[in-house]
Amino acid sequence: MNPGILFFLVLAIIAIAAAVAMLFSRNAVYSALFLVVNFSTIAVIYLTLGAPFIALVQITVYAGAIMVLFLFVIMLLGAERLSAREPLTWQRPLAILLGVAMLGEVVYVFLFRAGLNVPLSIPTPTFGSPTEIGLDLFNRYLLPFEVTSVLLLVAMVGAIILTRVEKIKRPGGQATRDEATREQAMKDQAIKDQAIRDQVTRQ
Amino acid sequence: MVPLSYYLVLSVIMFTLGVIGVLVRRNALVIFMCLELMFNAANLAFIAFALFYQNLNGQVFVFFVMTVAAAEVAVGLALMVAIFRTKGNIDVDQVSTLKG
Repeated sequence: MNPGILFFLVLAIIAIAAAVAMLFSRNAVYSALFLVVNFSTIAVIYLTLGAPFIALVQITVYAGAIMVLFLFVIMLLGAERLSAREPLTWQRPLAILLGVAMLGEVVYVFLFRAGLNVPLSIPTPTFGSPTEIGLDLFNRYLLPFEVTSVLLLVAMVGAIILTRVEKIKRPGGQATRDEATREQAMKDQAIKDQAIRDQVTRQ
Repeated sequence: MVPLSYYLVLSVIMFTLGVIGVLVRRNALVIFMCLELMFNAANLAFIAFALFYQNLNGQVFVFFVMTVAAAEVAVGLALMVAIFRTKGNIDVDQVSTLKG
């Protein structure tokens, strides 16, 4: 067995083990951290496939930004303890069975049928470098690139609107409960500030 | 070097794990993570084919997939926060108000 295949197998086993651990861990924070392990391993596989730029984007954007967002939301909601009770009964073995059946079929096709069992060539040093990706991205794919920026803007606005606390005034002009508690908190804070200021001036 | 089919098999295994996760788990956050796993599996196949055909289009497409995944995660997590505010938890079984 040559060292390339050995290296790939080690990475593949780490990636699959992390994915399985993510699937079956009972704590959402552990799930997210196992997914980070999986993403980082896949980034190393990208490096061996001649995609250094994509590998680093994978680490910064996926394993960095997106997973931090996940962890942030998990801890914000306090949802890290998952319910032990799973209401699925007969669906669960069926889902696993069908998934394994799909896996078996596709693996059979890829390994024995489709003629894809050819060794990959060793990538040239410039293949997939930031220069080449950038040239492709800003010449041939300029329009999709711009559309993507609009998509990101829309997602940002959507996220802000979805998480905004609704400030609905009742017909009688009475503030909602949220607003009332916030006003109360601000008043308390102002009283505290005043007390501290008094103390300082007295000294 | 490593045959192309090995990368594709790894990609399929990861995709299947993602599918099983979406079908089996009930926590919306974990379902989202399994979606990310499936995106990742598809990206791996793209990168492997990009090297196989000596063509950078696959890598550029992975770049776009990552951008769309980032947008999807932002909106999805915002939805989850909104659901948590109204329902008190994020089990997908609890979000059944539209069920007839």
